[in-house]
Amino acid sequence: MDEDKPSLYGLEFPARSLAAQIAETEVVRFLVGTQSLKFANNQIHLVEFDEKNGTLNSKVYQHDVGEVWSLTSSPKDPNVLSTCYNTLRQEDNDCVMKSALWRMPEASPGDASTPLEQLCLFDTAQYGTQVKVTAFHPTETEQAATVVDNNVLIWDVGEATPRLTYKVAFEGKGHPRFTTGKWNHQQVSSQFATANDSTIRGWDLRTSKQAWAIENAHSQLVRDLDFNPNRLFFVGTCGDDASCKFWDLRQTAAPVVTMAKHSHWVWVVRYNQVRDQLVLSASSDGVLLLSSVASIASAPLEEDDGDGDEAKRMPDGVLATHDQHEDSVYCVEWSAANPWCFASLSYDGRLLINKVARSIMIMYL
Amino acid sequence: MSRAEERGKPLGNPYDINGPYFNPDMYLQKILKESSLKQVMDKETEVVRDTQSLHSEMQTLVYENYNKFISATDTIRKMKSDFKKMEDEMDMLAKNMGSITSFSESISSTLQDTRQHISKLSGVHTLLKRLQFLFKLPSKLKSQMEVGNYSEAVRDYLHTQRVLEQYGNLESFQGIQQDCNAILKELMDQLRTKFKSQDCSAKEVAESIDLLLQLSEPAEVLCAEFLNHSESRLVTQLQALKISPGQDIIEFVDLGSSGFLSDLCFVATSFTDMFVNKSNYHDEEMSAKLSFFVKTNMDKYFELVQWRVELEQEVGDTAMLVRALDRFHRRLTAINTLTADTDFAMMATEIVIRAGRRQCRSHLHTLKAHLADSLTSVRQSLAAPRLTSQEASTAAGLSTELVTSLVLSTVEKIKGVLQDLKVFLQPELAFMSKRLFVESFCVESVRECLVVGFIHHLTATARSFTAQNQAVPCPTLALLLILTKMCLEFESTSVQYLLKLTDEWFNVEEHCGQIMQGWTDQSEICTELRSAAQDLVNHYVRMQGLAISQMLRKSVETRDWLHSLEPRTVRAVMKRVMEEMAMVETQVGMLFEEGSRPERSSDSSRKTHSRHQHRSLTNWSSHSMAATNIHKLFSERIEIFAPVEFSKVSILTGIIKISLKTFLECVRLRTFSKYGLQQIQVDTHYLQLYLWRFVADENLVHFLLDEILGSAINRCLDPVLMEPSVVEIICERI
Repeated sequence: MDEDKPSLYGLEFPARSLAAQIAETEVVRFLVGTQSLKFANNQIHLVEFDEKNGTLNSKVYQHDVGEVWSLTSSPKDPNVLSTCYNTLRQEDNDCVMKSALWRMPEASPGDASTPLEQLCLFDTAQYGTQVKVTAFHPTETEQAATVVDNNVLIWDVGEATPRLTYKVAFEGKGHPRFTTGKWNHQQVSSQFATANDSTIRGWDLRTSKQAWAIENAHSQLVRDLDFNPNRLFFVGTCGDDASCKFWDLRQTAAPVVTMAKHSHWVWVVRYNQVRDQLVLSASSDGVLLLSSVASIASAPLEEDDGDGDEAKRMPDGVLATHDQHEDSVYCVEWSAANPWCFASLSYDGRLLINKVARSIMIMYL
Repeated sequence: MSRAEERGKPLGNPYDINGPYFNPDMYLQKILKESSLKQVMDKETEVVRDTQSLHSEMQTLVYENYNKFISATDTIRKMKSDFKKMEDEMDMLAKNMGSITSFSESISSTLQDTRQHISKLSGVHTLLKRLQFLFKLPSKLKSQMEVGNYSEAVRDYLHTQRVLEQYGNLESFQGIQQDCNAILKELMDQLRTKFKSQDCSAKEVAESIDLLLQLSEPAEVLCAEFLNHSESRLVTQLQALKISPGQDIIEFVDLGSSGFLSDLCFVATSFTDMFVNKSNYHDEEMSAKLSFFVKTNMDKYFELVQWRVELEQEVGDTAMLVRALDRFHRRLTAINTLTADTDFAMMATEIVIRAGRRQCRSHLHTLKAHLADSLTSVRQSLAAPRLTSQEASTAAGLSTELVTSLVLSTVEKIKGVLQDLKVFLQPELAFMSKRLFVESFCVESVRECLVVGFIHHLTATARSFTAQNQAVPCPTLALLLILTKMCLEFESTSVQYLLKLTDEWFNVEEHCGQIMQGWTDQSEICTELRSAAQDLVNHYVRMQGLAISQMLRKSVETRDWLHSLEPRTVRAVMKRVMEEMAMVETQVGMLFEEGSRPERSSDSSRKTHSRHQHRSLTNWSSHSMAATNIHKLFSERIEIFAPVEFSKVSILTGIIKISLKTFLECVRLRTFSKYGLQQIQVDTHYLQLYLWRFVADENLVHFLLDEILGSAINRCLDPVLMEPSVVEIICERI
């Protein structure tokens, strides 16, 4: 089937940041940021997948301030995005990480590359050097959170200069640094989750206290986490021990499900937004796995039809293996417009847009 | 001839000269008519001759007969005179007889009176005798009772009972009857108390019951009492059996057989004699009662035996146990006929089977415990030498011995257990003839439960070490290797040996029969073992790889690559990696074969590679992604995460691949200055110099190191490489 073949989009530079354009629900669109140490050459690509023809169109925006390490898109405004980037400080010729909000200008679509319009730059210098990610609040447009070293900074971005409204600082021995962070949309306005080393922590933003923690979630570094979009308390994590684990936050002593199907670090784990049985994971062994975690999904399959449900209930495990990438895959994202569509990005600058195979789709329809 | 002819002609032939109907005229005419002259003349002479001979014959006959007749006449005359004399004598005899008769009649009429008197007297005598017996009866009964001769007493009483009843209304007899009844009542009481008393034997009880029955006590009541009493006695016996201290199981079984079982048998037989085989009672009801009674008691007994057997198994001398079971089984088979509807032999077999199964299970437990113990000791001995010396060779040297000793001791242990269980199969044992037992024991218990079960356990134990998030702290990695090797050893030889041994010793082939399907096949076990071994070795590679990865990651992450100084030496962590690899190599090398690697002289390949490196450097320095991609396209795609085989080279390759991949990932996360890049250059060159000898395909190492250096160049702000000659000098200086 033609449909099962991925569409390929190649970038000129290495890349390790990818985001679905969340606010756009009509068209399948992804944002990709490049990494080049010739800082002025960096770009943001807006790749659109034409589902009818199976073709790809793209718009390129200049991101000439530095190489993009992480990229998120606003849940409200399709044209707004945030990046964390590495740039050179002119004074001492040193590299620094910064984070900024950008708007993609609508004008002159024909141009080869349009510069991005900077909305604001976050002033993170005083809080640390390692700016990991800036995440938009899932519902409140005005809010964003930036993870810097051992701090989570909550900004009010409604005005021209972002105002720091709240700060969570984590003190521990050995100068802990967060590797990533994410809003917990299950506890909409009040929780932010961070990972440092092998531990995952949830922060209550009203009290600035730690709400929960999964100590030694992985035997090595935790790379990413994703909350189940539908089922409360369930979260998936992945890390350098080459496994994906799924946890119930009410009992964090042991994972509910462990899957160790990759052969190297797992960089990212993503729940499908509609069918939370489906999970994507990407690894530096160059393989992308579509797995089923039906056992801890929000809507067990048997509700779909009454008879023969026992036989239909799927076991947990790998559903599909995508090994078209030739380098490490650092990013994978589900499309916001088509729940069966997903994009993956490998370091060599290849963006693949895949659809869930029809045979698998049928099981969930 | 028809009847008409018969009538027409006279009977017989008139021409037959000798016949009665001979007609001379017809004959003459016929001859004259038919014959020639000569013939006639011949005939004549013939006839004349015949006539003459006949005539003379007749004369002789007449003469002889005449003489006889004359002598007969004489005799008759003499007889006539004799008879006359006899007639006279007979008359006299008749007269004498008449006189005798008259005499005898006169005598008997004289004696008539006396005789009547005598017979009357003798009648009176017997009556008096009986009366005397009756009068004496109470005292006799009493004396018999005193001596304890109850059966005699009862017999006497029964003799007189009818008479007493008949004449009971007479005053004099009334007294006797009352006396008798009183005595009898006493007798019955005594009998009752006797059979209720604890210390009298079953036989005595049965006698008493029999007597009571003869005295027409109600059978129902007696039966119930009898059973109650027997039961209480049996229960006492069982209790005595249960608590009697210090006896071994054989004594226990013997005691049970001689005490409990024989009593029960006796009760059953006497019950049958007394209550069942008498047509006037409700036979079926009675036998139902009996079988219920027997069954409840047997159940209790079985329970007790089961308990005892289980107790015995805890201390466990199998030979003794088997002997006891044999005796038990024999005894029960012998009394199998006790009641019709329950098959005690069957139940006994059941107990034996259960005992066998339990024995197997307890052995399985021992084996498991033994395995756990030996694993612990292996762990300890693995940990110990590390403390004393860092020398890898000593630690690894231990490994080979450890594996062999682990495997051997386990196999020996299993063998010992099998030997122990063989006792169950001695041909002279009674339950050996039970097919049910043999099948169940040999196939189900020994083969499936014990041997196969243990190997499954072994596999599961080995596999449990690979589990993530185990409660037990991560075992030393060498243990994983030892377990891998152990699984392989079992797979290749031990399983086959053990199964063959089992099949041979326990004749499994013979008894397989219809349960063949339930069998676990050898190949099935082997596949499982092999996959466990594969899991273990994968896990080993993974853990070892992650350990080295961790080292590399920390070293890359903590360094400030933007501000590093010009490299003067290889970073210490690289040396540590090499040391670790060397240790792993010796460790793995002790246990696994070298494995195959593509044939290539290492010398030449290293030269090729240095050229290769130069080419790749120029490629990278051009900074074109397209160029690298094209380069990748043309270079063979290298499978980085290929499955691990059971060979040294394959295992080491796996570890190195994971480690280098980690190195690559770490480098990609950093930004380098010129000197930072050069440090990486030195490090990769160093690795290149020493890593090739560990791996199957050195191209793989070269490829990964190229990638690392390439990524470093790509992540460098000022990508200027060091002179290769300088790099070489630095690396060789170590």
